[in-house]
Amino acid sequence: MNKIANRAVMCEVLKEAAAKDKDVVVLCSDSRGSASLTSFADTYPEQFVEVGIAEQNLVSIAAGLASCGKKPYAASPASFITTRSYEQCKVDCAYSNTNVKLIGISGGVSYGALGMTHHSAQDIAAMSAIPGMRVYLPSDRHQTRKLFEALLQDDHTAYIRLGRNPVEDVYEEGNVPFEMDKATVLSEGTDVLLVACGEMVKPIQDAAKLLNDVGISTAALDMYCVKPLDKEGLLKAAKGKKLVVTVEEHAPFGGLGSMVAQVISANDPKKVICLALPDSPVITGNSKQVFDHYGLNAEGIAKTVTEALKG
Amino acid sequence: MNALAVKAYDLRQDVLDIIVNGGGGHIGGDMSSVEIMMTIYDRMNVSPETQNDPDRDRFVLSKGHCVETLYAVLADKGFIDINDVKANFSKFGSEYIGHPHNTIPGIEMNSGSLGHGLPVSVGMALAGKMDKRDYRVYTVMGDGELAEGSVWEGAMAGGHYKLDNLCAVVDRNHLQISGNTEDVMKDGDLHGRFAAFGWHVIDVQDGNDVDQLNAAFDEAEKTKGQPTVIIANTVKGKGASIMENKASWHHHLPNAEEYAQISKELKERKEAMLHE
Repeated sequence: MNKIANRAVMCEVLKEAAAKDKDVVVLCSDSRGSASLTSFADTYPEQFVEVGIAEQNLVSIAAGLASCGKKPYAASPASFITTRSYEQCKVDCAYSNTNVKLIGISGGVSYGALGMTHHSAQDIAAMSAIPGMRVYLPSDRHQTRKLFEALLQDDHTAYIRLGRNPVEDVYEEGNVPFEMDKATVLSEGTDVLLVACGEMVKPIQDAAKLLNDVGISTAALDMYCVKPLDKEGLLKAAKGKKLVVTVEEHAPFGGLGSMVAQVISANDPKKVICLALPDSPVITGNSKQVFDHYGLNAEGIAKTVTEALKG
Repeated sequence: MNALAVKAYDLRQDVLDIIVNGGGGHIGGDMSSVEIMMTIYDRMNVSPETQNDPDRDRFVLSKGHCVETLYAVLADKGFIDINDVKANFSKFGSEYIGHPHNTIPGIEMNSGSLGHGLPVSVGMALAGKMDKRDYRVYTVMGDGELAEGSVWEGAMAGGHYKLDNLCAVVDRNHLQISGNTEDVMKDGDLHGRFAAFGWHVIDVQDGNDVDQLNAAFDEAEKTKGQPTVIIANTVKGKGASIMENKASWHHHLPNAEEYAQISKELKERKEAMLHE
């Protein structure tokens, strides 16, 4: 099991960038530890801004820095930087077209038993609804590195959700297929397409194996780029399939499932099942316990597929 | 007589024309903030030629609903064409909308939702400190706007980082859409509140007086180690008696008779000023 969290990889990539570019700055809201950015703050104190526990200020200050040529990465728990600072993300980042990268750390149900205040199950829907805002949920540490290296090269705002805990590798070190804003095909198949983002990618990768083992030819797609959704890649992968299943660590409305269903229904109508967290506060537990409870694991996904195909 | 003080009445006529031609606007706050915005732009080292210069001074209109005055000032400074604004403000498909938008030359940041200008200006000022550039950052807020919590988050950070390149102005006209600011939500001891956040606070007795404003901005520039806020006591609807100090004129659209009356009084006040 991999021991390196995606957030730690982010810190490494940003440190590498900061060494070469003084305009790369990191902002935290008393969240440097949670974001694994303490090392950045210690190494590049002149390129680090602490704003205290004030997430709206965090985003607006980042936008002001960006408007003066800085390349700010503002990191705060996903639940706060998105919904508490929603208007600042909309007005100061997207609408004003400032190059602020918004990092939502401990996304989804990462905070486990801390409850709904700390869960971000609305962030994909909220952020995707903002014109000009991009939304990315990398699946593992290797893809996280590729994504941040790509984001450092552009000058538009984006929201990136990262989980808190290390996750199993989806890709092999040194062999990480990545093209910006293009979904990554994990496996090919002819009967069923599984689509996921973030921490749900590993479960669909494993579910595809389970299904292929029982003779259900299953393709799996890593849609780390929820917005702009890779429509072309999605339609190509969905072509000829009997069923599409989406899996996300998010509320059942307005997230990956909704967006995939929109594209499929308009272009290649077929059954789409959207697996997600419930429309209620989630059960108390750590991420694995929560995912297992709601069937957001390889076995649960495979079971959903086999039952749907029977029906 | 200060030429700017006289010109303020010409710009008020521009603001009136913009609003009447466009079919709406925030005339009360526009009129109270004319001298403030004119004076800031008169001092700033920014022009249409230097609007992308990294060393330019920055301005953010936090009370974005008073964009009509900003348009008039930007036109006066050559960034945009006043006739273009008057003809197109708020019209279908126009780029001249009812709040600042940074696709318009000279506008740094979009605003309209209140309580954004100060925190964004803090970021701009921080960038100046990081890059050791000596530009200054100005923002203008309304006094009703100060009920937004984000204003005080910005004030906290401005004081914490000792941003002496940052100068905020409060257009203290004592009125907001629902009435007197002290009745709607008390601003109270604004001087003390900003001072508590580590700001140098300057009270300007007449915030529609260009000389008093310039003296305050001079003092702000000389103040080191802390940001400055200028509490400019102004008259809402300044320029014509029918709209002065009336909350109902926050966004009142003058009819033809009122337009003529205001225009006449603006002209009379300008003439009187010229003969002082």
